[in-house]
Amino acid sequence: MSHRVIVPIGPYHPSLEEPEFFRLYVEGEKVVDLDIVIGYNHRGIEKLAEAKHYDQVAYLVERICGICSSSHPYAYVLAVEDLLGGELAVVPERALYIRTIIDELQRIHSHLLWLGLAGHFIGYNTVWMWAWKYREPVLDCFEMITGNRNNYAMFKIGGVRRDLKDEDIPVLKKAMDELTPVLGMFKGAVMDDPVIQMRLKKVGVLTKEQAIDWCVVGPTARASGVNIDIRRDEPYGALTLGKIDWNVIMEKDGDIFAKTVLRILEMYECISIIRQCLERIPKGEIDSNVKDIPPGEGIGRVEAPRGECIHYIKSDGTNRPVRHKIRAPSFMNVASNKVACVGGTISDAAITLAAVDPCYCCTERLAVIERPTSKKIMNGWDLIKLSQEKTERLKKELHK
Amino acid sequence: MSLKIKALTKSIWVFHASAGSCNNCDIEILDLLTPRHDVERFGIQLIGSVRHADALLVTGAMNRKSVPRLKKIYEQAPKPCLVIAVGQCALSQHMFRDSYNVLEPLDKILPVDLYIPGCPPKPEAMIDGIIKLITKLRKSEKK
Amino acid sequence: MNIKTMMQEHLGATITAWQEVNPRRVYFSVKKEDILKTVRFLFRELGLRFSIASGVDTPQAIEILYHFCDDVAGTVYSVRVLIEDKKSPEIDAITPLFPGAEWIEREMWEMLGIKFIGHPNLKRLLLAEDWPEEKYPLRNAP
Repeated sequence: MSHRVIVPIGPYHPSLEEPEFFRLYVEGEKVVDLDIVIGYNHRGIEKLAEAKHYDQVAYLVERICGICSSSHPYAYVLAVEDLLGGELAVVPERALYIRTIIDELQRIHSHLLWLGLAGHFIGYNTVWMWAWKYREPVLDCFEMITGNRNNYAMFKIGGVRRDLKDEDIPVLKKAMDELTPVLGMFKGAVMDDPVIQMRLKKVGVLTKEQAIDWCVVGPTARASGVNIDIRRDEPYGALTLGKIDWNVIMEKDGDIFAKTVLRILEMYECISIIRQCLERIPKGEIDSNVKDIPPGEGIGRVEAPRGECIHYIKSDGTNRPVRHKIRAPSFMNVASNKVACVGGTISDAAITLAAVDPCYCCTERLAVIERPTSKKIMNGWDLIKLSQEKTERLKKELHK
Repeated sequence: MSLKIKALTKSIWVFHASAGSCNNCDIEILDLLTPRHDVERFGIQLIGSVRHADALLVTGAMNRKSVPRLKKIYEQAPKPCLVIAVGQCALSQHMFRDSYNVLEPLDKILPVDLYIPGCPPKPEAMIDGIIKLITKLRKSEKK
Repeated sequence: MNIKTMMQEHLGATITAWQEVNPRRVYFSVKKEDILKTVRFLFRELGLRFSIASGVDTPQAIEILYHFCDDVAGTVYSVRVLIEDKKSPEIDAITPLFPGAEWIEREMWEMLGIKFIGHPNLKRLLLAEDWPEEKYPLRNAP
């Protein structure tokens, strides 16, 4: 079973007369119920993985989700290494640092992507353009290290596939230095703008109890005060070595403003982790040439940009897995939209659904149905427009 | 037909449809709008309704639930509508072709005019592909 | 008292097998009749977080593993249950205890054919409406 967050048709331009993915039932302006239909992306990856050998599975799982393109192979590789005795026992130290650098760079690019889309949904198209513009240098870093902007093919069981060249290190350092003032700009733009605060504060609230009952993970949980982060709870990569200083960012209000601020502050931590990795990375091997996988079971977890990504592998000693269970973070987070959206207004629906950071398209596949007539009154495109119009209204009121 | 092709090649309005993709290609398509590539300066626009579309950008491995919707979208598009297959999954279903939940490849479902390979194809590759298509259309009109 | 001791003391004979593969990975088995009692204890009393459940079709039985995480120590506790009746496998649903389990139980139902008794919304999650009934993708050919 592949990728939980379904991204059906269209980026932010849904087609009309389509079966809906998020179906909102409203009475007047208020959302009273939410139906979530998924399955538009189900490609049967878990079944396919049983027919591939272990090296091929790493290639397959990379294509579960394009945005967390390195979290899934990392979790998979950790699951197999768990079977073999643990990442530290199997993977050389230099490879651990390279893995962490890739993981944190991916977090930066993913959070910038989300920031851009959130900006678009509430009508700040400039934020969208700037966030995606500053995402490009991060993708250039990926291209320099791995050869591709997305889909890095870096992870293999026992190490990494490609080495970090010496001449790459100053380029990466420079990219991190140039990103820091940009983050400052976003932080100021978001946290100081009264319209954004009015728009996002107390909207789409997920309380701590709801976050625990719905078993949400990642920034969605941390914004509601649930203190979980796999990088601290069960460290992996260079973070296991205990030499990197970093902080888990927490918020407590559970609204969309908290989630936005949390993601921006997390990017600062990512930059700090990458800088420390670049200082401390030792010379050495990058691959320990694992050949055979013995029978057993293994579980691997990483903190993807959206939360805990967990893979389970069952092996019988042959070169193919018997069972490969994949659970992407959005599987738990998207389901919680049922409580986050209900009680809010339809103009807030688009941004609330986007706040858990599903793969961006999902939120577009929206439909609003009015109770009790069951008459369909608007689709996703209209909802985004409503959301943008609300921002305009708030801006006008503020300037009076 | 000729006026349409002329209008089409001057300023292509594209509609994006995904039929079970991992989103990588979809993001690279959105990337075309952002400041680095900025295809709007060529007149290429990503639009919200398929009824105004000149071209359909299709990504994804043809998932069972999504294919009926893809067919509906194509029916709603005013003809002639170009179909552009973006990414390896749309070309040949990539490694998902043996899966129980994917149907036939895209070119057995819709008539494809342009194939852009890659996983995902870089935005430059997409722009290059669209230019090749426009050049081909203009040449075939002149004949 | 640490969590492992609390678990063994409270659940006692309910646990039929206990395996610590490494300090952070514990797999223990319970009978399928005891699953609600076990999950209630893990989720409510111990406050562990439910991460996911995975089902697999083995020649002897259908095996479900419920993975619970202790986020303080970073340990994953996987509760194993075996359902021997492969013709019509059934087990109590844990969704009534907390809503976060709803989707995964629906998925295990449609992929493996396991009926979850007491599930409030047991309908298709990922597969299309026209997918044939009684055909479960993750079941292996006998």
